[in-house]
Amino acid sequence: MANPASLVKYVLYLGDNNLILSQRLGEWCGHGPVLEQDIAMTNIALDLLGQSRMYCQYAAELSGSNKTEDDIAFLRKEQEYNNLLLVEQPNGDWGQTLVRQFLFDSWHYYLLHALVDSKDQNLSDIAQKSIKEVTYHLKYSSEWMIRLGDGTDESHKRMQNALNELWRFSEEPLIMADYEKDLVESGIAVDISTIRESVQKKRQDIIREATLSIPEDEFMQTGGKEGKHTEHMGYILTEMQYMQRVYPGQEW
Amino acid sequence: MSKDWPLWEVFIRSKSGLHHKHAGSLHAADEQMAIENARDVYTRREEGVSLWVVESKNIFASDPDDAEAMFEPAKNKVYRHPTFYNLPDELKHM
Repeated sequence: MANPASLVKYVLYLGDNNLILSQRLGEWCGHGPVLEQDIAMTNIALDLLGQSRMYCQYAAELSGSNKTEDDIAFLRKEQEYNNLLLVEQPNGDWGQTLVRQFLFDSWHYYLLHALVDSKDQNLSDIAQKSIKEVTYHLKYSSEWMIRLGDGTDESHKRMQNALNELWRFSEEPLIMADYEKDLVESGIAVDISTIRESVQKKRQDIIREATLSIPEDEFMQTGGKEGKHTEHMGYILTEMQYMQRVYPGQEW
Repeated sequence: MSKDWPLWEVFIRSKSGLHHKHAGSLHAADEQMAIENARDVYTRREEGVSLWVVESKNIFASDPDDAEAMFEPAKNKVYRHPTFYNLPDELKHM
């Protein structure tokens, strides 16, 4: 029997990825390179926020107290967030945002397809609801990878730089945390070994088509899933939590 | 070459609609991006189930200065509306 604390951590892990990436993508609002892509970014940010809400609601329910989804989203400390290091990395230029998105989507898509079969009905339902959105995200970020990677000399160079910068965060979603291992046996968490090949193949295929190359012998960073974050996380939370910290209980 | 992406006209067919209707325009580098931009800009509130995009330069429009000669002659020709026929009662869907 899995430890109940493991389920809470796993739900937070899944929800926090979407929450923090949504916050990052939201920074593009009003700053996109063209109006159409500004809206596209906001759409994806809102998709992810909607998905995050479902996980936060579930986490609030599991907490057994009278916590709400807002408490879960806005009133935890940095070490209590389990998101991947990848999603908290800065937007950089447009290319870097899209490389980050592709590395995320190429894992998220296969994860959700497997999570549909979770023995936990809530997680299965959330996965089912999210798949269509994430299918579009993966299509969108894949096409931008190819468009810019196989674009001009300048766009190719920027994409390769972004890939070099972010690749060290690409493995973390494929390494199971203790709470994931704990939940695999009972069929609640996705056994990453079952999707690893699909994720890697998707990444290799798109990166090759984009005429980019995967950095070799890169040291892989981990820790986010256990609450150990990069220096960027505190700044994100400061901005994201500002309203709830200054005006506790604020609703709108 | 202009630095701006070309302009595209967007046509959407709604769920209950039988044909595509003009919705607006947008900028995109090519037709695939135009379709995706149209999806993101014009179908966020369930407006459609099908999209067409046409590069604006491929649309040839009538000249507004010709409007009088082109369209006003049709004004006083009510007999062109099929409302002067007596239809048999058996015909229900005309």
